[in-house]
Amino acid sequence: MSDVVIRAENLGKKYVIGHQAETGRYVALRDVLMQNARGLWYKTRDLALGKPIIQGDTQEEIWALRDVSFEIRRGEAVGIIGRNGAGKSTLLKILSRITEPSAGRVTIKGRVASLLEVGTGFHPELTGRENIYLNGAILGMTRQEVKRKFDEIVAFAEVEKFLDTPVKRYSSGMYVRLAFAVAAHLEPEILLVDEVLAVGDAQFQKKCLGKMGDVAREGRTVLFVSHNMEAIRRLCPRAMLIADGHILLDGSSEALVSAYLSGARERKPGIQAYDDSSAPGDNCVRLRAIRLVNEAGDVATIFRINESVSVEIQFTVLRPISNFHTHIRVITRDEIIVFGSGSWDDEPMENYLRLPGRYTARCAIPGNLLNRGRYYLTVTGTIPNARYIFVEENVLDWEIVEVGGAGGIIGPRPGIIRPLIKWGILSSDGNQDEIKEGVR
Amino acid sequence: MQEQVLILEPGRTEKNYWMDLWRFRELFLILAWRDLAVRYKQTIIGVLWALLRPFLTMVVFTVIFGRVAKLPSEGDAPYALMVFAAMLPWTLFATSLSDASNSLIGNANLISKVYFPRLIVPTATIVTALVDFLIGVVILVGLMGFYHYPPSPSIVLLPAFILLALLASLGPSLWITALNVKYRDFRYVIPFLVTFGLYISPVGFSSSVIPEQWRLLYSLNPMVGVIAGFRWCILGGNSSIYWPGFALSLVVVAFFLGLGVSQFRKMEKTFADLI
Repeated sequence: MSDVVIRAENLGKKYVIGHQAETGRYVALRDVLMQNARGLWYKTRDLALGKPIIQGDTQEEIWALRDVSFEIRRGEAVGIIGRNGAGKSTLLKILSRITEPSAGRVTIKGRVASLLEVGTGFHPELTGRENIYLNGAILGMTRQEVKRKFDEIVAFAEVEKFLDTPVKRYSSGMYVRLAFAVAAHLEPEILLVDEVLAVGDAQFQKKCLGKMGDVAREGRTVLFVSHNMEAIRRLCPRAMLIADGHILLDGSSEALVSAYLSGARERKPGIQAYDDSSAPGDNCVRLRAIRLVNEAGDVATIFRINESVSVEIQFTVLRPISNFHTHIRVITRDEIIVFGSGSWDDEPMENYLRLPGRYTARCAIPGNLLNRGRYYLTVTGTIPNARYIFVEENVLDWEIVEVGGAGGIIGPRPGIIRPLIKWGILSSDGNQDEIKEGVR
Repeated sequence: MQEQVLILEPGRTEKNYWMDLWRFRELFLILAWRDLAVRYKQTIIGVLWALLRPFLTMVVFTVIFGRVAKLPSEGDAPYALMVFAAMLPWTLFATSLSDASNSLIGNANLISKVYFPRLIVPTATIVTALVDFLIGVVILVGLMGFYHYPPSPSIVLLPAFILLALLASLGPSLWITALNVKYRDFRYVIPFLVTFGLYISPVGFSSSVIPEQWRLLYSLNPMVGVIAGFRWCILGGNSSIYWPGFALSLVVVAFFLGLGVSQFRKMEKTFADLI
């Protein structure tokens, strides 16, 4: 079962774009006329022959993919990760034959189905029933296949009652369910999936992921492009990280996902400062800066799991204001709010007046609380139960990294938080053990 | 099960393209059916339109060319019938050309998201044009009844000429379709081409009004041969085919078909990048 079904050798895809070159200081009208006359003739000829006409004097080649080589064996589920524009979708488009490579070659054994979009070719005027046949044919199913699976598809989509209604009258949820149901019942040997799971509500996404998992378990080969790192980690044992058209890393998805995440972190420093013109707030309070500070007192974006993360919020009070508070929210990559906390925890909620001047609100998220991973910070300034003065959503983000397995257990722990809890094991026979401290 | 091995390389003309075309025949049928269903679902006018358009044009041409300009008909065939016999293939040609040329743009979401031989899309739209054509035949039968004009035995050859009309439409349609993807403003040229073609083709008048010495040159227009064929089938002995011209028309049809298919195939691979 370990034979290679997809082999890519030095694969490349090139796009040509034109630039207007800088012209010299003197331009003779004669030259321009001649050039244009010649150009017109060549352009007309190219037009008739269907050659591309590219605007601009100089042409630049952009390699969306370059020297990409890999092998995928039968039954493997491989995740493809990378930033937008890294070449992931181009790769899938080449493999699914939508576009042709400019260099290299790919050898594919077996029937390929690509799912680059849910509901490709759905026509709003046609009924659900008609669209199932239409979409099935577009995805490469025969009429017989669709007929055989028709009831299954309808049941999965839960649209029995609306089969003969034009899909333009469907709710968007029904539409997506029906579209995915058709795709989910494809039975190719190789399945290429692009970001299609980014549709529908959370529950539906779960259903889709479940179905994807089934496909992978049935021994079919799956290539899966996604920004959802959790989905990649769960579905695909192997992953490839693409950056700037090259395969940067190829290996276990566990290792790659963290590499990707740590690569992504350099983008933002752990500080967000505002100048006078852009400072959020009103005529009473202006936000000045937000900082993430580690235990050494430095601005940081990477924190050890046992280290506290201090959030500093600098603001200026312009006019005396009563009952002004700052509040933070810590949010995971999957947009789950881990917790929220406000400065009223420290100061009483009763009315008091804050006088004009500069202030820094500071709170420390303790170490050994958040699990490893990426977190996002939302900062608000508010007069509780009255109004918001500023709301800065996802203004900063940071990464919590593991530093050696605590208590001898290496590897990730499940859950959003990872508290270090004291354990005691007592002997029932009376011989008291000493309580063991959690080892760091 | 025999496992198919697929090799993708730049500039590789796939050996299995025509096989693929056969494998995707169901998609072809379904796309053609979709175009038809949508067209006739949206409006009752859809059917009515297919009937009215050629009929009204025929009426206008009969009045202008037959009554006002007093151009001769072919033999003693009624002028209206002669015009309508040409109107049928011409409408087929014109509808194919304009529908096909917009088909790839109209199906851009398909082109950029799934693979199939792209030839299917414009070809499927021609099926819609063919259905309109068949509806037009109903009017023809009505007209023949109205004029008490008995069908001649040569009418059995009509299917062959319908096929010729389809092939004559397919070639230029494919070429223009491909060009239309590359140069989006090309679609503004198409209505002009169609209107222009209506007047330079012998639709409103008989080919016999063309002076003898220009007949061969005139036959470079592939529709001249097709229309001559239709008239010969429908009007019988009253119409005669100018054989050298007809042969030339056949050659031109074949040339355009070859050009259309080869240009389409050449540009096909880049459609997804352009659309």
